[in-house]
Amino acid sequence: MTVQLHTPLGDEVLALHAGDHVELSGMVYTARDEAHLRMQKEGIPFDAEGAAVYHCGPVIHNNRVIAAGPTTSARMNMLTKFLLDRGVRAVIGKGGMGEAVREQLCGRGVYLAFTGGCAALAASHMTLRGVFFEDLGMAEAVWILELDHLPLVVGIDAQGNDIFESVRARANKEFGRYSKVQGLSDK
Amino acid sequence: MGTPDRSAILRALGRATADALREAVIRLPPDVKRALVCAAAAETNPVAQGEFHNIVRNIEQAETLGVPLCQDTGVPVVYLTIPPDVPLTTDLYDAVAEGVRLATKEVPLRPNVVDALTRHNSNDNTGAGMPAIHVMPGRKFSVTVLPKGAGAENVSRIAMLLPSQVEQIERFLVETVLLAEGRPCPPIVLGVGIGGTFDGAAALAKEALLLPIDEMTAFEQQLCDAVNRLGIGPMGLGGDTTALSVKVKFAACHTASLPVAVNVQCWACRRATVEVER
Repeated sequence: MTVQLHTPLGDEVLALHAGDHVELSGMVYTARDEAHLRMQKEGIPFDAEGAAVYHCGPVIHNNRVIAAGPTTSARMNMLTKFLLDRGVRAVIGKGGMGEAVREQLCGRGVYLAFTGGCAALAASHMTLRGVFFEDLGMAEAVWILELDHLPLVVGIDAQGNDIFESVRARANKEFGRYSKVQGLSDK
Repeated sequence: MGTPDRSAILRALGRATADALREAVIRLPPDVKRALVCAAAAETNPVAQGEFHNIVRNIEQAETLGVPLCQDTGVPVVYLTIPPDVPLTTDLYDAVAEGVRLATKEVPLRPNVVDALTRHNSNDNTGAGMPAIHVMPGRKFSVTVLPKGAGAENVSRIAMLLPSQVEQIERFLVETVLLAEGRPCPPIVLGVGIGGTFDGAAALAKEALLLPIDEMTAFEQQLCDAVNRLGIGPMGLGGDTTALSVKVKFAACHTASLPVAVNVQCWACRRATVEVER
């Protein structure tokens, strides 16, 4: 079952569970490292209430989105709290986020994962609607994108369930079956 | 046959390089598509099935629209095959760089190449030692490109193991993937270089990524199975397939050495070969 979501988001995101497939429509705002730093300093240029922020540095050509896959979200681990405090309900990216963001999302919002490398597919679900902070350059600017049913999966839900964390725990346990290596450094 | 026109050969080499880059960033090789479709069909985890579904649709979308699969169009790694009648001179390197500039404008490719320390972007994907060009002798005059994205390249590792640690090769590979988690955009391909020298092992690991990935030796299959037991899955979201394939190249080495290099490659295992027309 795929859950349909539309921005601005509200309390419906609280009912989502890690592992749920969703399709997101409506406006989202791209932001990478530089945009987060700028928004912290100068304020958020869009209405943050119910907004969705997408970790993405798209390729824009002739006012069209050519490629817009996700970037690694963990780089924004320390830069996300102010957005959630201001009402952002969904963070979209790849690879998951740290423990701090998992706690900050509790009772407020969700982390949605989009498949890394799927830039052409992402672009086919998007229309460019505007831009903030264009002086930061194409990759770092905040682009306003209108999504049409972008297929995502809930990576971290509002109850503290985190797929990435459970996968990590299982992988670590599996790796435990290899004995510790006795190398030169251990003597 | 008259004297070959050197400038025409150089132009053709530049053109072939640009054509190979365009092909590589838009269309995946048949063996890679086969491996992805196979893994997608075998996947039992519903979240992973969704990731595979997106990957397969993305491949189709890129081909239909003629646009790059991924916005990280990589740095240009080039393997030149030079036949006996083409003298290997520095102008061949310049011609390949010209082809990279051409492709950057035409395709277009994202300008990824910067100065290592100042981080100044050349905006044409060339710079000191870039494109990385490797030359091998052969019968045909051809250009093979392997555009290499940063996510997977950044989690690649090398170990100078002890000669007594042959059994630890598998552990080192599995540990590399464990540390990488979802960052290299799994399902990944692992190019492995075993033996040779410190630099040689790394070069072998990258060359291993040129081999067809839909066939594995028993040793490669054993390593691949070991990696997949981690269950990291597509994008680190869990699943049966963390690695699509492991490919290994060997070289003889010093009796006191055992270099092992792992070059990690995202699912978009992009490569293309174009013959130079002359």
